[in-house]
Amino acid sequence: MKATYREALNQALREEMRRDDRVFLIGEDVAYYQGAFKVSKGFLEEFGSRRVVDTPITELGFTGLAIGAAMAGLRPVVEVMTFNFAILAMDQIVNNAAKIRYMSGGQLSVPIVIRGPGSAAHQLAAQHSQSLEAWFCHVPGLKVVAPATPHDAKGLIKSAIRDENPVIFIEAQLLYPMQGEIGDGDYTIPLGVAEVKRPGTDVTLIAYSKMLLVALEAAEKLAQEGIQAEVVDPRTLRPLDLTTLAASAKKTGKVVVVEEGWPFAGLGAQIAESLYRQVFDYLDGPIVRVTGRDAPMPYARDLEDAAIPDADQVVAAAHQVLYRT
Amino acid sequence: MERAHLVHLYTQMLLIRRFEERTAEMYALGKIGGFCHLCIGEEAVAVGAVDALRPDDYVFSAYRDHGHCLARGSDPKRVMAELFGRVTGLCKGKGGSMHLVDAERRFMGGYAIVGGHLPLAAGVAFAVKYRGGDQVVLCFFGEGAVPSGACHETLNLAALWGLPVLFLCENNRYGMGTPVERAVALYSDVAQNAAAYGIEAGRVDGMDVLAVRDAVGKAVEQVRTRQRPYFLEAVTYRFLGHSMADPAHGHYRTKAEVDEAKKRDPVLLLRTRMLSERLATEADIKRIEQEVAQIVREAVEFADASPVPPVTALEEDVYTS
Amino acid sequence: MASRVIMPKLTDSMEEGVVVKWRKAEGERVESGDVLAEIETDKAVMDLEAFASGTLRKILVPEGTTVPSGTLIGVIGESDEDIRGILAGAQPSAARPITPRPSPAAVASPEEDKRASPRVRTLAREHGIDLKAVKGSGPGGRIIERDLEPFLTKKEQPTVREVPLSQMRKAIVRMTTQSKAPVPHFYVTIEVEMAEGLRVIEESKKALPSSPISINHLLIAAAARALRQHQGLNASFAGETIRLFSSIDIGIAVALEDGLIVPVLRDCGSKTLAQIAEAERALVARARGRDLSPEEYTGATFLISNLGKFDVESFIAVILPPAAAALAVGSVREVPVVRDGRVEVGHRMMLTLSCDHRVIDGAVAAQFLQTFKQALERARDL
Repeated sequence: MKATYREALNQALREEMRRDDRVFLIGEDVAYYQGAFKVSKGFLEEFGSRRVVDTPITELGFTGLAIGAAMAGLRPVVEVMTFNFAILAMDQIVNNAAKIRYMSGGQLSVPIVIRGPGSAAHQLAAQHSQSLEAWFCHVPGLKVVAPATPHDAKGLIKSAIRDENPVIFIEAQLLYPMQGEIGDGDYTIPLGVAEVKRPGTDVTLIAYSKMLLVALEAAEKLAQEGIQAEVVDPRTLRPLDLTTLAASAKKTGKVVVVEEGWPFAGLGAQIAESLYRQVFDYLDGPIVRVTGRDAPMPYARDLEDAAIPDADQVVAAAHQVLYRT
Repeated sequence: MERAHLVHLYTQMLLIRRFEERTAEMYALGKIGGFCHLCIGEEAVAVGAVDALRPDDYVFSAYRDHGHCLARGSDPKRVMAELFGRVTGLCKGKGGSMHLVDAERRFMGGYAIVGGHLPLAAGVAFAVKYRGGDQVVLCFFGEGAVPSGACHETLNLAALWGLPVLFLCENNRYGMGTPVERAVALYSDVAQNAAAYGIEAGRVDGMDVLAVRDAVGKAVEQVRTRQRPYFLEAVTYRFLGHSMADPAHGHYRTKAEVDEAKKRDPVLLLRTRMLSERLATEADIKRIEQEVAQIVREAVEFADASPVPPVTALEEDVYTS
Repeated sequence: MASRVIMPKLTDSMEEGVVVKWRKAEGERVESGDVLAEIETDKAVMDLEAFASGTLRKILVPEGTTVPSGTLIGVIGESDEDIRGILAGAQPSAARPITPRPSPAAVASPEEDKRASPRVRTLAREHGIDLKAVKGSGPGGRIIERDLEPFLTKKEQPTVREVPLSQMRKAIVRMTTQSKAPVPHFYVTIEVEMAEGLRVIEESKKALPSSPISINHLLIAAAARALRQHQGLNASFAGETIRLFSSIDIGIAVALEDGLIVPVLRDCGSKTLAQIAEAERALVARARGRDLSPEEYTGATFLISNLGKFDVESFIAVILPPAAAALAVGSVREVPVVRDGRVEVGHRMMLTLSCDHRVIDGAVAAQFLQTFKQALERARDL
């Protein structure tokens, strides 16, 4: 079956809400407006305002409230209109959602999903264009998921909802209209399992979310030069499926990590460090990172294009690890 | 109120008082570490308020949470063991003084980011309402949390959605060293902050446990039946410093002010009343004193004899598997 | 866990090695990567590095002793570890002491530390490749995976095919070996007309004055063509089998001041004359500069030795195993030749092929030379 990323999420959320009355959707404009990006289209009609809850524009308040609801046994799905606004709820996410289980010595748990689009779209400028996954990945107690395809989005959001832990689920505005094959019916994809999206032997490209598409495009270009790139999508960023990533790195010995976020202390640095620890002796040279540029996102289209990794940069990085520069 | 009930309230307050005194002593001996905030002077609010709840109601607290936890009926041994950082503590030594949790008693925890737990309390109330239950969530917080964004966002949501939560503001006059009149614009009547959201509000003498019991009882009843939040300000006073790290008074308040407040010591007030109204004899008071001393002694002994958590526990309870 | 120290096989042709000097004593602490001993191969003295850390528990082969590759020469283990199991498995080596020779100065001086990627170090360990013999092409001379390719492809994609010895072949082996040990040589000589070859060379001098075609290039190209047709000569005697090589790797004898080296031009069968010329020039230049690594001067499947510039009419070359044949080339001489009943000036060159009779028989050698001769006399088609 073909579906867009948006439709895949809509289906999955709908199926989970039908399956389990404890699941409810809460966020700004999720009900009457049907979601800022129309992910919750038709939900209000089907589930009513008890389970599809519009909120005022107070991320701290409604995120914290949803965490409380999870502590009391519900399974909230919080839609942040974009992850930029989740910064307002950072205290709730980091100090409460992530730590309540630990601080209580395991007495309480917080089965919540906080989802919405991260990363840049087009010309939304600095405050609406950023990739914050590294912030969340830093925190023990959180799980972080960033699917790139409609199939993965559906299977992973279901697993996230059924998980007993707080899960940060990062989508992307530019991915919502992307179409792809999705599985039939009620399937799940376990959290913490990466997938080889394109097999290859010469170089490993690790990329997630929107950057997976960039990496696949780069792999296609590399193939025209006779370079077989293996593209691996971690899909879940925490816990990271190091086994799959390391197996690919071990095979090729050459690794490029692609991320849209800022370079300093970005997630790619962590992925690289994890790989160094595991497969150092199999690497033919330093891991190369392709990242967003080290500046707030500019508005001007030309500058914005320059700030975000593209396939040519990934190809150049592949050449670098292959010593073909 | 029945005599037995009064004795119970008195015993609870005295337990908290003696428990906190021994906690200070143990802190000085190095048995307890970190930030440790004692509630001596504020016992009547904890005991009076919790007394008005049903066992299936929920309680949230901030970082000055020992009294609330004990008032809710948690085992003093396990509370003291938690302060000692022992594996037998309520939270296996992972929470400590500021994060006591006793889920069995629906004591949902102490939270140490000022104002940060108010949304959680509203969330539990949301879950109650979602399920069609009639439980009430009692949320303690200091007046220092009132001007926070978390407080105002929560008051708005609770009012907007009619959530069954009782916001109980313990106004002990100081957010650390800053007096309420220098922190809250509507300081003379803190409950006015809730009125802005159309939340019914009241004020009670936080040194009088019976007054607290009465006011909270009425508020809880109203919250339960009307499914609306309520904001109650309990005016109280902290006899000791903000934490173990500072003296009872300092540069921010005078000894005379503290001494004046101590004249309305909530434990003494209730004792005097019980004796004067012949609801208790000196012998009763002495017996209660001995009982409480015994409980606190056993709590300390239990904590001291308990093992520290194994290092293997360090990364346990991070995730639910 | 205890670790075995083995006489390494450092080149394709290395069958045995000499322990020149132990650099660690029994009981001494050893870290992985430390130099354990100096090993003399058939070409050079090299450092033997430890692959494991621990204590050098046992030295099994004294200095100055030659042992076959693969022989256990020492054991590294924890100081209290029981290594009797390993020692019991050690075969008494057919060790033969030789007079220790002083190490060449180049080896005695501390070598520059070679940088290699972690992957290269791992591959080298797994495939028994001595990184000292590898030239790095990465940044700052870092040895990268690509630099190991010649070693790895050899290991991973065998270029030999084993065929069993027939009874007749066994008899030939026995008889020829008995008649002339260790390699039973025989020789076939042929004369080649080089007029066209010289014209090709003259033309290339005009067309490409900086890099013209030489006689050696024509010889290599002709040999490659002939070997493609007569694969039985691109072979080696291997005891119970004959190895037939799929790659035509031709060794060119290059005279040096103090001796001779035979750099190997790989895979000549798939190269054009121009490619052969280019590769040969580079290889010989590096050979003269003594800049070759062992894999570049071992494992030739066919040999050419050209003494033409010394005005030699003909001579006989000695075969260098694993090759089974060596071609000795004399000068091109102007001689009178009779063609169609008339005397003309010919440009003649004498070729003598030395053959290993265990592998090659006379008629096969003669047919090969015929093909070779035809190829050279139609040099324009090369």
